[in-house]
Amino acid sequence: MSPKNGLDDKPLELHVPEPEFRPGDRPDFSNVTIPQAGAAERPPIDVPADDIRKLAYTIIRVMNRNGEAVGPWAGELDDERVKEGLEDMMRVRAFDARMLMAQRQGKTSFYMQCLGEEAIACAFQKALRPGDMNFPTYRQQGLLLSSDYPMVDMMNEIYSNAADPLKGRQLPILYSSKEHGFFTVSGNLATQFIQGVGWAMASAIKGDTKIAASWIGDGSTAASDFHSALVFASTYRAPVVLNVVNNQWAISTYQGIARGKAATFASRALGFGIPALRVDGNDYLAVYAVSKWAIDRARSGHGPTLIEHVTYRAGAHSTSDDPSAYRPKEESDAWPLGDPVERLKNYLIKRGAWSEAQHVQAREMLEAQVAEAQKQAEKNGTLHDGPHSSPREMFEDVFAETPLHLRRQRQEAGI
Amino acid sequence: MARMTMIQAVRNAMDVSMGRDENVVVYGEDVGFFGGVFRCTEGLQKKYGKHRCFDSPINESGIIGSAIGMAAYGLRPCVEIQFADYMYPGYDQITQEAARIRYRSNNDFTVPMVVRMPTGGGIFGGQTHSQSVEALFAHVAGIKTVIPSNPYDAKGLLIASIEDDDPVMFMEPKRLYNGPFDGHHDRPVTPWSKHEAGEVPDGHYTVPLGKAAVRREGEDVTVLAYGTMVYVAEAAADETGVDAEIIDLRTILPLDLEAIEASVRKTGRCVIVHEATKTCGFGAELMAVVMEGCFYHLEAPVIRVTGYDTPYPHAHEWDYFPGPARVGAALKKVMENA
Repeated sequence: MSPKNGLDDKPLELHVPEPEFRPGDRPDFSNVTIPQAGAAERPPIDVPADDIRKLAYTIIRVMNRNGEAVGPWAGELDDERVKEGLEDMMRVRAFDARMLMAQRQGKTSFYMQCLGEEAIACAFQKALRPGDMNFPTYRQQGLLLSSDYPMVDMMNEIYSNAADPLKGRQLPILYSSKEHGFFTVSGNLATQFIQGVGWAMASAIKGDTKIAASWIGDGSTAASDFHSALVFASTYRAPVVLNVVNNQWAISTYQGIARGKAATFASRALGFGIPALRVDGNDYLAVYAVSKWAIDRARSGHGPTLIEHVTYRAGAHSTSDDPSAYRPKEESDAWPLGDPVERLKNYLIKRGAWSEAQHVQAREMLEAQVAEAQKQAEKNGTLHDGPHSSPREMFEDVFAETPLHLRRQRQEAGI
Repeated sequence: MARMTMIQAVRNAMDVSMGRDENVVVYGEDVGFFGGVFRCTEGLQKKYGKHRCFDSPINESGIIGSAIGMAAYGLRPCVEIQFADYMYPGYDQITQEAARIRYRSNNDFTVPMVVRMPTGGGIFGGQTHSQSVEALFAHVAGIKTVIPSNPYDAKGLLIASIEDDDPVMFMEPKRLYNGPFDGHHDRPVTPWSKHEAGEVPDGHYTVPLGKAAVRREGEDVTVLAYGTMVYVAEAAADETGVDAEIIDLRTILPLDLEAIEASVRKTGRCVIVHEATKTCGFGAELMAVVMEGCFYHLEAPVIRVTGYDTPYPHAHEWDYFPGPARVGAALKKVMENA
């Protein structure tokens, strides 16, 4: 081939990104720059997106290696509220461990834990007000477990038993509670990101003061509905917080496949004129402060914010997944942002507000509460052993009123 | 009482609904300031303000996804998809979200939303402005699908759809916007002002969803049709002299099973007409309904007259369109050996 106009017409080559480490490799994140706690600026809530571009590329952190809260994002929560936050995360962890075991024992079909990501939903929930609405994914059980939603109802749903609030119609963990600001979880990815924007637009249309929070994972930011949500949120300045939980893995696919050449997921928002904050998702205090900032901004009429919560999916994607097939087993321990429960515990101990003994006591108490809830739930049945709601429920609530063709089908079924 | 086009009737339905209920909001591509490419929302932004009638980005998944969120909040969004052919990016939101939210949340959340979309051919729209996608909705549990054939029904059905507590796909046959169309494309157009179904009462009224209308009573054969095909069927019956009973389904889901069964049991013959492609078209379902409910009353095989299983061609629009000649031939065939 001859060069034309100075160009060298080499055969093109498709680029397919690969994660740095695969099973058998020794994971080493020493080349990953973790910004110092306290180093990121804290802008006023009415700041234009362009003035804080840097916050889309850094990681906002509050707790330093010594367990101290430092910098302009520190000082939001008193010790009592931090203790509540710690217990919320420990409750989620105890709940996940129990339900994972229940699935393995054959009591339900499926479970998804959020091991290592507990701080994100737990801290975010504490920054919301009653009446606000989350549009969660399947890994935000912390939103319910840090509110007063009964654990036993979550378990009834997981077991699809006779007391399941969703009548056995929905997969385990895809909860719904309007009263607790938890929109019915779809199970399809990304679709709800734009629905949250629509809900927020409705609040603005009505002149109310409620805000919405949409949730999505790193992998699903590639879906078109992520971009639909950003354009609608931007155009109509919707009072919504757009949460991207970047836990590095979409089942077996590392986050580089969704991110491409962009430096961060947060930076996606900048092209839409939406402020983007990238936060240490394993730092409860930082997640709370950043969430509060974005929620206050939305409620004050300054429009949407995208938050990228940087974390690591320490467990398998679901009970149907074995991550040792695609990533090194040691990668979770090598992950540089640590464990959210341990970090908050150390912070409280450093302040003299907590002790190892109290921690053990709290864990035992929470585990006992979860075990008691499980006992109560199992009185209502489990997926495989029943009892379930009446099969007649299958035909109800497809529409507000059951039309003739469905009534006939129910009659044919003899129920 | 005034004579209205179907465009005016649809606009009037939204106007009446917005005037009665401040939770009704209207948006879509070109819908706000301009009033829609077919002018169905003209004047609504001026009258109700841009918070209740506004332009949207060109993003059907965004339009429908945001409407789901608004409906869950408590509004009654009535959104426009510029052409039914453009709904596919929003199909995921319609079928896997809007359709199932009541069911999967056990009534915790509901989606009282209307998605309006012009449907069908006859205006040289080619393959991306002519499609009839109703079967893709009817196949999905949890959504209603309405297809009016005249201004009176269009207004009453649209108000009923907006007031309905479940998601409704409201398909407006665009060839009927300005007048009844019997498929004789080479003849002068009849405007709605010269047709009695162009009479539209002022103010609020509804036409119930799920109820068919008998457009013409007859003894020999039942024609099941909706939208534009109602007039094509009428012309075919007139031209062949076959004593056809023409049923305008109006809503294809929920389907008025009892009206279909009563008519076919009476006539013993059935011709099914629609503009959409044949294979797995809604006519297949109608034929199954007739077989299940009326088989022992049938005197002849049921015939479908439909669009062909090809994309909607541009230059060959009138070869594709199931016009009165094809419907008439079917009527004569079903009457053979009578």
